[in-house]
Amino acid sequence: MSIVTVQLGQCGNQIGFEVFDALYTDSHCPQGLCSKRENEAYQASCKERFFSEEENGVPVARAVLVDMEPKVTNQTLSKAAQSGRWKYGQHSCFCQKQGSGNNWAYGYSVHGPRHEESIMNLIQKEVEKCDSLSGFFIIMSMAGGTGSGLGAFVTQNLQDQYSNSLKMNQIIWPYGTGEVIVQNYNSILTLSHLYRSSDALLVHENDALHKICAKLMNIKQISFSDINQVLAHQLGSVFQPTYSVEGSCHYRRNPLGIDWQVRPPLSGLPTLGKASLNRGLHFNMSIANLVILRGKDVHSADLGGFKDSALYTSWLEPINAFNVWKTQRAFSKYEKSAALVSNSQFLLKPLDTIVGKAWNMFASKAYIHQYTKFGIEEEDFLDSFTLLEQVVASYCNL
Amino acid sequence: MEEGVVNEILQGPLRDVFDSKQLITDISGSGNNWAVGHKVFGSLYQEQILEKLRKSAEHCDCLQCFFIIHSMGGGTGSGLGTFLLKLLEDEFPEVYRFVTSVYPSGEDDVITSPYNSILAMKELNEHADCVLPIDNQSLFDIISKIDLMVNSGKLGTTIKPKSLVTSSAGAVKKRHQKPFDAMNNIVANLLLNLTSSARFEGSLNMDLNEISMNLVPFPQLHYLVSSLTPLYTLADVNIPTRRLDQMFSDAFSKDHQLIRADPKHSLYLACALMLRGNVQVSDLRRNIERLKPSLQFVSWNQEGWKTSLCSVPPVGHSHSLLALANNTCVKPTFMELKERFMRLYKKKAHLHHYLQIEGMEESSFMEAVSSLSGLIEEYNQLDATKSMPVEDFPRLSIAV
Repeated sequence: MSIVTVQLGQCGNQIGFEVFDALYTDSHCPQGLCSKRENEAYQASCKERFFSEEENGVPVARAVLVDMEPKVTNQTLSKAAQSGRWKYGQHSCFCQKQGSGNNWAYGYSVHGPRHEESIMNLIQKEVEKCDSLSGFFIIMSMAGGTGSGLGAFVTQNLQDQYSNSLKMNQIIWPYGTGEVIVQNYNSILTLSHLYRSSDALLVHENDALHKICAKLMNIKQISFSDINQVLAHQLGSVFQPTYSVEGSCHYRRNPLGIDWQVRPPLSGLPTLGKASLNRGLHFNMSIANLVILRGKDVHSADLGGFKDSALYTSWLEPINAFNVWKTQRAFSKYEKSAALVSNSQFLLKPLDTIVGKAWNMFASKAYIHQYTKFGIEEEDFLDSFTLLEQVVASYCNL
Repeated sequence: MEEGVVNEILQGPLRDVFDSKQLITDISGSGNNWAVGHKVFGSLYQEQILEKLRKSAEHCDCLQCFFIIHSMGGGTGSGLGTFLLKLLEDEFPEVYRFVTSVYPSGEDDVITSPYNSILAMKELNEHADCVLPIDNQSLFDIISKIDLMVNSGKLGTTIKPKSLVTSSAGAVKKRHQKPFDAMNNIVANLLLNLTSSARFEGSLNMDLNEISMNLVPFPQLHYLVSSLTPLYTLADVNIPTRRLDQMFSDAFSKDHQLIRADPKHSLYLACALMLRGNVQVSDLRRNIERLKPSLQFVSWNQEGWKTSLCSVPPVGHSHSLLALANNTCVKPTFMELKERFMRLYKKKAHLHHYLQIEGMEESSFMEAVSSLSGLIEEYNQLDATKSMPVEDFPRLSIAV
């Protein structure tokens, strides 16, 4: 089963490249720590998910690149082609000359409708190349104009057109101290719209990734390339093939997993979950956790700590809330590796902070004229605030 | 509106860069009279100007922005320049209008410059998207500082010739013959750095439309104070990180601003840092954290930073920084301008030169002053919030 990736904006495209690179490098890594047959099965599964075959044998990433100005997509396409190992499709790219000016309203209300047909056609073509489509992986940032605004628009369209396929959005949470001044506005507008149309939001914070580079990897002069590579590594370890049933020899067919959705209890909590990726255990209340183990000794690993009912909300038994995926094939030369994907209160504080800052700015009416110019009115802002306050309250009550 | 300067350009080394059909000149000039530039030449040349603009616009795949470069104190730049601004707004309403305006210094030899400037300010208030004010005195102070560095011959401080922000080709010795060339070069570098992220690749790009989006919180407050660092590069480089951090510190000092302003002691509404060269996101973050405590930001924009990273440095440097600040420190410039205007206006000095032009009345002056006063008042109100404690607005409460 295949995943079609949509890369939006500078952030989405820069990250997308690193992700495909990491996936390719890992799948062709000679030190798999497993039998040759198993390695081949792993490679084939990875390839089917993320790459399609072209005549001359160079794998083509199953991706659509979208940006409103040409510099980044041109760079991304050429970087991939130059590597000689994999590449993007020649016609998989849609770009314009103008940019979105960090304006969510411009991305959503102007670029969206204007380029809807072209972009959806490109995605359709990519979908047709798949034998069976498991879902969409949409990579975007929240702070800018294209990734955030156009990303929200495209996700909505995907919801309408492919309502049976899973849509997972990889969103980048901007640095706390400003990359873009209106990032809080763009973020709340993005989140509130994605909540209505996305199935899962996988969140990475720039601040957290930066800390990993600084403290765990000891990089002195951290560049965005470093940060993106850490991110790609994390995503790769989650998305590469794993066994579907304990001890089985077949790789799980549905890579994005069926366990992401949580059935609500009778009190009617929202079904849409937000997942966050972190490497440690936090004493935030969890709705659900997923641990992915790769490499040596996976079968003897002790995961008792994850099954503690104190970690989970009262309305979900640990047996339903906790899942493990294992595979013996090592990831990216690491003898043993583990990844934790968690739907918990981890993001409560950052979300609350962003909503608070956006609210303060909104109360002063600063920058609002830039949005109303393109059709996003104050009521739209208020709707977004209301929805997000509800999310904050729901997570608080876990 | 006179031929001397344009002719000089056409005979100079850059003559092939300019399309000789895209020129409009007249003979006698505007006599340092805004009204002549705006009303007389405006109506006379309107059609020609529009025609040439349309022709240029046709060559563009996607027209994003107009740059208008002029002075405020004279007649043509100030009068015809602001007439042009209105024309651009009507003809190309979706294209951004960035204006680089040279404001008259304290010792300015054009007597009527306060009149011209105030009349032009009204137009800038109403029709420009973004204004970058510059003043000659600050530019002159900067080149004096550079001269001092160059000529002091301190041990171990030889300067790389090509790195001077005042000269494009490192002609250090020829400076004093033409100080305006050196001063203008600084402004040229400003515009280069402003557009660098749009022209070259980088890990965090920034287009011109993002400048307006991030730095203009309210339509009227679109005046941005700019500073460029470094002004020169020392030839012997021992401590790269310290030099980088020094670059950031300098950007906020009042000696590096291109108008007389002290942003550190006024209130920031927003700030943009545009970096070029070998600077990474960690350097950026480190310096923002370091400098933030000494700067005052308005309560609803405490983290009001917009940043961009362009990989290609300017010629002769390994990295550079352009800082654009929307800061209340522009207020003194405007207030001084208003005072100089009132001194002249009270005596009705030279007024007849303006009033004799058709379409000009005393009310035109009154409206212009009132527009400027309104702007000053907005800055005053913001300044008043400076020392107030930052309070969060009560959030929406939701029934769960």
